[in-house]
Amino acid sequence: MPDPGVSGAEPLSLAAAWGLVPAVLAVVAAALVLGTVFAIVDNVAINGARVRSAAEPFRTSLRWLIQQRRTTLSPDRLLWRAGIVAVPVLAVLSLAVVPIGGRTLLTTSADLVWFNAMEALLWAAVWLVGWGPNAVHALVGGYRFLAQGLAYELPLMFALITAGLGADSLRTTGIVAAQENLWFVVTMPVAFVVFLASAAAFTFWGPFAAPAGADIASGVISELSGVDRLVVQAGRAVFLGAAAAMAVALFLGGGAGPWLGEPVWYLLKTFAVMAAVAAVGRRVPLLRPDRFVEFAWMVLVPATLLQTLMVGLLVIWGFYP
Amino acid sequence: MLNELSVVAVAALGLLSVAAGVAVFVVDSMARATFALLVSFLAVAGMLLALELTYLGVVTALMMTIEMLIMVVFMIMFMMNPAGLMPMTMVHNGRASAAAGITVFAVLTVGIWTIDWPSRTGSLPADSTRQLGGAIMGSHMLVMLVIGIGLFATIISGTVLATHRGRYDRFGADLRNARPKDPTGGGLK
Repeated sequence: MPDPGVSGAEPLSLAAAWGLVPAVLAVVAAALVLGTVFAIVDNVAINGARVRSAAEPFRTSLRWLIQQRRTTLSPDRLLWRAGIVAVPVLAVLSLAVVPIGGRTLLTTSADLVWFNAMEALLWAAVWLVGWGPNAVHALVGGYRFLAQGLAYELPLMFALITAGLGADSLRTTGIVAAQENLWFVVTMPVAFVVFLASAAAFTFWGPFAAPAGADIASGVISELSGVDRLVVQAGRAVFLGAAAAMAVALFLGGGAGPWLGEPVWYLLKTFAVMAAVAAVGRRVPLLRPDRFVEFAWMVLVPATLLQTLMVGLLVIWGFYP
Repeated sequence: MLNELSVVAVAALGLLSVAAGVAVFVVDSMARATFALLVSFLAVAGMLLALELTYLGVVTALMMTIEMLIMVVFMIMFMMNPAGLMPMTMVHNGRASAAAGITVFAVLTVGIWTIDWPSRTGSLPADSTRQLGGAIMGSHMLVMLVIGIGLFATIISGTVLATHRGRYDRFGADLRNARPKDPTGGGLK
């Protein structure tokens, strides 16, 4: 197949265009905006579309910020802190390859794998958050997260690679460029849904919140207090925001749209994805990881593989430009 | 060509990798040993990134992280000391393993410094991922296919040998049960 010109040439990254420090600050600011918006949308969805609850994330954050941190008996402090700090750092790093406004902070030849690697490192971070406090509920939550990870990881990888296959590029900018005529969601609906569900799963949110479930006293986050709790919860919100933004790049044509500018369309679409995820996710009951594993392996893995096969055939027939 | 910054990064990450590797045997907790090893692997992934082998770098980070965390799952299943909750030594058969380690290190180091490595012909490709894919899937396609099927068959036969429950346990002696009898019901047949 001839090179369609989306994968060969290296596009200018944000860091190269603005300088490293302003670019990193811009991405961190974008992460904060996305995380805050998701927290607001999520709270509004929980409280039955009551707009007044939009202030709740700010109130809670402030409370956590001034709350004194409590600790447990002989925690593994080094690993605990490492896990706590890693959650938001990985969330921001995953945003480094999301092309908000047409450019990414980093442009690598393997953006999709980068995003996936940041999510995989979250396995380590969440397990450490569960391990660190030397408390049984937190540890059970950490292991629940790993069990859930074994369920969602392969479908997520297949969903990501389907978008890369359609665009013949692992660069997110290349994938956005390949959707000029037709958004990938039209030919890859299964991958789109699986990607968003996996995003909920790797941030253990909504129906996938069993690692932090009420039956184990909020599990993996049960021993977090004060700034620690704020940092981890903010990291989860930013990760969900980043995943929504990534879904827009991979399946909804990025910033493409009439009249308004590219960043405006990009953010509007991202907010719409967030609203849809919150509205649907908060209506689905909690899924037990041990039961979800069977569904993931028996239904989701074959479904995403068939989706990839279908897109592969379309690529061979020259359906994509 | 590599610039000075990436040479410094490779050297620093190399030292970090070795230091974290040493830490694996110094710490007295299974969890710390696991994550020291993960840090070591991630430093190697960072070295690959500094050498502009982006795909190999991120894929190393991804694979190694998932691998170590799956190891953590098995750790609690099979260890005498569940979850490594109690302090324990990370060294077994110290003298022989030290001898093996020193020998391998010596052989590899001598090999690295004495082999007449070929120098680069041509220039750095714009997309090393594509080049890697071409190298693997082009002339070595047959080998990769055979290896892939072999690995897959190994995984399946390993699982079949390891599990003590087969279809007769799930669906009864005449395989006629409408629903399988599983310890954990996943909701599917």
